[in-house]
Amino acid sequence: MRWILIFTLLAGLLIYGVLGFPYWGDPKSPAATHVSDYYIEQTMADTSVPNVVTAVLADYRGYDTMFETIVIFTSGLVCIVLLAKTRKTVPTSRVYRHVPTGITLRIEKGGKLPDDSDVFERIDSVWVPHDLVIRTTCRIVIPFIQVFALYVIAHGHHSPGGGFQGGVIFGASLVLYAIGFNLRALLGRMTRKIIMLIAALGVLVYAGLGLSCILFQGNYLDYSVLAPVFGTDPVVARSHGILIVEIGVGIAVMAVMVILYTSLSSAGRYDEGL
Amino acid sequence: MGELPAFLIPKMNYLVYVLLMLVGFYGVAIKKNYLKKIIGLNILQTSVILFFISVGAKQGASLPILFHHHGHHIAARDYINPLPHVLMLTAIVVAVATLGVALAMTIRIYKEFGTMEEDKVCAMMSESDEPILMQEPGAQKDNSLKGGRYG
Repeated sequence: MRWILIFTLLAGLLIYGVLGFPYWGDPKSPAATHVSDYYIEQTMADTSVPNVVTAVLADYRGYDTMFETIVIFTSGLVCIVLLAKTRKTVPTSRVYRHVPTGITLRIEKGGKLPDDSDVFERIDSVWVPHDLVIRTTCRIVIPFIQVFALYVIAHGHHSPGGGFQGGVIFGASLVLYAIGFNLRALLGRMTRKIIMLIAALGVLVYAGLGLSCILFQGNYLDYSVLAPVFGTDPVVARSHGILIVEIGVGIAVMAVMVILYTSLSSAGRYDEGL
Repeated sequence: MGELPAFLIPKMNYLVYVLLMLVGFYGVAIKKNYLKKIIGLNILQTSVILFFISVGAKQGASLPILFHHHGHHIAARDYINPLPHVLMLTAIVVAVATLGVALAMTIRIYKEFGTMEEDKVCAMMSESDEPILMQEPGAQKDNSLKGGRYG
């Protein structure tokens, strides 16, 4: 078998490479000696941010994070483009529920029912949650999840957290809303176009902050020149710049999570799904 | 299962990373189903994340959030290497993004061909040299019937 041979070779090669590694947790390993020491010892003096990960993410390696955000934005874009309908499809049958009695109606292709009817509500044809417990729990829990997400973004300077994590938590709360109610409830509050605009806004906040640094005769993404705007000294200005960048990342990640969920769960129809 | 040789014990993390990487590579290279390939890809990404985090660890050090009281001296040996954490923080989110794109492509392939098996898709593609979208209407209808819910 050719494959077994290839896998044995690969395993042997990888384990041979592992033998040359430094011991796990070795403080004198090459990875832990050069630039890592600089980051740990100089972060407070350079940016006044105690969380070194946040400082490295948004300041020392600002370009990396910006293009990482653009990668995420692009993946949301690709998801929409790939699943967009190429040709117009005939609408299939829809299912409605008569609210006072709970009777379910199936409207076939020719039939018509006004969308804004008070007594009939549209339900999914695949999976129909008719559960007061789920909806009430979602209604209570979602605001707390969102406040926690904002806390994670805003407190990323002093505790584990930041734009990526907070954005994912905020996106998860919106996905929970779509699961607990249905997809149309979420898309009724924020349409696909608005979500896409929000994602672009997040990238724009990041790139725009970098551009405004150029306007103040600094380098791209060098937040210290923004000190007159924030009214602080250059070191604290870096800290404020990092916060704005994290907010931009959080907005973009949140919107892309919603885009991915809505596109994938409905297979590009944005109508009903999961 | 016998005991590990003594010189391998301080490198357990790296051995687990090798194992995970082989499992992931097996999924990507050998499995014919696209969904299983995607799962293999995710295991591969997890192995790389484990590798980087293992590189960042330091004996007797704390997580890289500095104590910054006045007069408190910051020594590099007290905090683990922050750089792998930064890289993996973005890598995890990008992994989610690539997963989304991969799933979208799989849904798209399933819509066109009605199957997610690679060899069947390849056979269908080699059957007709002309582009897939220009098939005769009969075959198109047949595919959409097999497509089930997404058809």
